[in-house]
Amino acid sequence: MTDWSHTALTIGVILGGALTLAGLLIWVERRLLGIWQERLGPNRLGPGGCLQSLADMIKIFTKEDWIPPFADKPVFVIAPAIVVITALMSFAVIPIAPSFVVSDLNLGVMFFLAMSSLAAYSVIIGGWASNSKFAFLGSLRAIAQLLSYEVFMGLSLMGAVLLAGSFNLSDIVDAQRHQWFVVPQFFGFLGFFMAGLAEAHRTPFDMPEAEAELVAGYQSEYSGMKFGMFFVGEYLSILLLSAMTVILFFGGWHGPWLPPVVWFVLKMSGFIVLIILIRATWPRFRFDQLLSFGWKVVMPLALINLLVTGGVVLWKAG
Amino acid sequence: MMNIWLYARNLIIGLWIVFKRTFTKPVTVQYPEERPYLPPRWRGRIVLTRDPDGEERCVACYLCAAACPVDCIALQATEDPMAQDRRYPEFFRINFSRCIYCGMCEEACPTNAIQLIPDFEQSEYARRNLVYEKEDLLISGTGKYPGYNFYRVAGVKTRDKDKGQGENELPPVDVRSLMP
Repeated sequence: MTDWSHTALTIGVILGGALTLAGLLIWVERRLLGIWQERLGPNRLGPGGCLQSLADMIKIFTKEDWIPPFADKPVFVIAPAIVVITALMSFAVIPIAPSFVVSDLNLGVMFFLAMSSLAAYSVIIGGWASNSKFAFLGSLRAIAQLLSYEVFMGLSLMGAVLLAGSFNLSDIVDAQRHQWFVVPQFFGFLGFFMAGLAEAHRTPFDMPEAEAELVAGYQSEYSGMKFGMFFVGEYLSILLLSAMTVILFFGGWHGPWLPPVVWFVLKMSGFIVLIILIRATWPRFRFDQLLSFGWKVVMPLALINLLVTGGVVLWKAG
Repeated sequence: MMNIWLYARNLIIGLWIVFKRTFTKPVTVQYPEERPYLPPRWRGRIVLTRDPDGEERCVACYLCAAACPVDCIALQATEDPMAQDRRYPEFFRINFSRCIYCGMCEEACPTNAIQLIPDFEQSEYARRNLVYEKEDLLISGTGKYPGYNFYRVAGVKTRDKDKGQGENELPPVDVRSLMP
């Protein structure tokens, strides 16, 4: 990590990898949704259709990039950039393999939480700057949802932090050498995964962009590559969510026989497929149900989980 | 509390049911490479057919234009100076951008001239290209009714037969001779 070129290489690999994977993920999602609906999905361009995102990108670049005259222009333009920047910044602390990490921060978990909270701003100001009813309703929902989810997202991953005794993500992975944290921290995992789905605006918690009710929620007024940025940002946060779930609860790169990077990618793909399966299956919750479920069920559960974990850790320490 | 467990259970069952779809065959027909089967009575492109002698079947009776619910058929009758008592359409125009392929014209046609055939590939870049004139509509075959010739079975006098000389037709009867 002291070597300058090593850091630059890692940054390049992670940045390029994350963006490429996010593009690929759009195709993977469409293809998997197709398969689960007994269709084929996009299968024309490239082997199995895997270059579909490239074609989409060319299309979206040639589209008219329209800013509505009633919008708050500078803010309108900044909003989609924030979501991509924060998602990419979070990848800086993700340890993919031993010493394969851009910045091995001591407060990696905190950095991740801070960045995912900042991503909320993109939704909020994007919806506000659009100056349209649907976008505004979408961002209102996003605010309410993120306020409630941010709280127990932090609380539910504190259990893993307590068990590892460190905020450093590499240390957390190392602490799972013998046992994955999903076993002692099952409720923490559930809470974190749920909050992550809400954070990434995925079904069943995609109220901010509920296309059935709000056109496209906070991104209703966006077109061209600005819309594309929101889109890529969403897929980046899916990648981030699955990476964080693997690191915090499923032993990161640990696994027999195969090299660490392969294990990490395998576990991550498992979660990505699960997230897409959830989108293919579950209906969207009603908004008030979601909020009351968050505050009245998951929040107390996360608190109790944290309390019990802390007690056990203290008792074991003697 | 029971409800929460019920919901959770049902959500997991739903996930499993959808996941099982991974192994089913997709229903998609990959169209340009893979052609779907169209039954012979499929209602598609409209054609004007000829009788077995190679003459136009259409007698320009306007019944198809009258039956058409969207008024997409336009024609003008005229008489052939060479063939006595035989009408044919001077022009026959179908606007396929209006046509709803209901088949009413085919049902109304007394001479089986107008027929709908199993062909749906009529896409055009310009809308005006969807207006088919008579030379676009007229085919050289008989379509779905190979042996049928209206003038052979119709009980009227035509240039090559007199009344009563048609197929399955009895000679004309003097009704006054039928007195009891």
